[in-house]
Amino acid sequence: MALSADESVRLGELLTSRAEPVTQRWTETIARQLRGRLSQAELVRQVQELHRAMVDALSKGAVDLNAEEATELRAVLAEFSRGQARQGFSATETATGVFALKEALLSTLKADQSVETLRDYVAFSAFVDQMGLFTFETFVRTRESLIADQAEQLLELSTPVVKLWEGVVAVPLVGTLDSARAQVVMERLLQTLVDTGSPYAIIDITGVPAVDTQVAQHILKTVVAARLMGADCIISGIRPQIAQTIVALGIEFGDIATKASLADALRHVLRLTGVETSRRQSRREA
Amino acid sequence: MERVPILKIGDILLVSIQVDMSDQTAVALQEDLAERIVATGCHGVIIDITALDIVDSFVGRMLSTIASISRVLDAETVVVGMRPAVAITLVELGLSLNGIRTALNVERGMELIAIERADDDHDEPDDDPVPEPTASP
Repeated sequence: MALSADESVRLGELLTSRAEPVTQRWTETIARQLRGRLSQAELVRQVQELHRAMVDALSKGAVDLNAEEATELRAVLAEFSRGQARQGFSATETATGVFALKEALLSTLKADQSVETLRDYVAFSAFVDQMGLFTFETFVRTRESLIADQAEQLLELSTPVVKLWEGVVAVPLVGTLDSARAQVVMERLLQTLVDTGSPYAIIDITGVPAVDTQVAQHILKTVVAARLMGADCIISGIRPQIAQTIVALGIEFGDIATKASLADALRHVLRLTGVETSRRQSRREA
Repeated sequence: MERVPILKIGDILLVSIQVDMSDQTAVALQEDLAERIVATGCHGVIIDITALDIVDSFVGRMLSTIASISRVLDAETVVVGMRPAVAITLVELGLSLNGIRTALNVERGMELIAIERADDDHDEPDDDPVPEPTASP
């Protein structure tokens, strides 16, 4: 609902003439629910900035938050809610920061109780609602972009392929394996096999918190794909609980070698490749 | 019609597939290869598919057929150089290229065949099951 032109002017006038009590009341309301998580000076600065932007927009004749004249107000609101989202305030707290203006306005209007004033208040209130919703939307968008960034970082971070020995590479899997991650792991492992010409790969699942049928499916697919390319995979790092889950779920690893620890897997591969290890007399004993 | 060249390296025939396979090319390759195996008495066939972007069920069946033909003529077949994307696609399609040996590259393929021959020479009389694929040191 848009304001009419003179409603907008009247709201502008009201905000200008009662600037002091309105901002003070506004600040108090916000401060009450934030309980000191934001410094008083910072809060006052934010409120004054919002107030100035509103007065500015209204004096230019903005009748709607989407109007041309309210561009700067929108920018200030967006900045306000982005800041709140980054600092970990909840969506309600952010939106209430704007809605608090209503209470502040109401308290300044209380003195005179004509029908006109009531109508004005309802119109102003609709405008403030718009501002609140806008804040809300920006808040959610900021949070979503934060989450997307983090998911991407996680994906890049968590799938290294390391070379253990000449012709042996290992993938230490850490964290839950979903389809997207499994795909990344699979591609990176197979590409490393080609690049390094390694005929053996060890998939270590010590860091995988739970293995269900889907995770097992992903691992099996990787192993079969590696076999198609002419490389053998060994699965290691199977914890006792996971071994029980695998059996309980009836997952068949077939003829794929499984080992309890990465060390066992490496020893197994070294034996297959014909590498012999022997223990020299240790220096400590000498 | 394009023909796929067959190169002889020592005791091994090397087939490098660089063109898109059609029915005719595939049949021609099977015939040529069978003839060359008999003519040269080679005991190993390496099929290099590094250049293939797409391996569908048709190419998969062709590879299986070639492997079977070679086996009848006492030659071991190894498919080498499969790309990761191809392997992933095959797995997603549920094709597993049964009965085909694979190796990462031509060099590994030659090693694999050498080991197979050595094993066969050792236990010739046994009617042995197919041994685990093992790479050389």
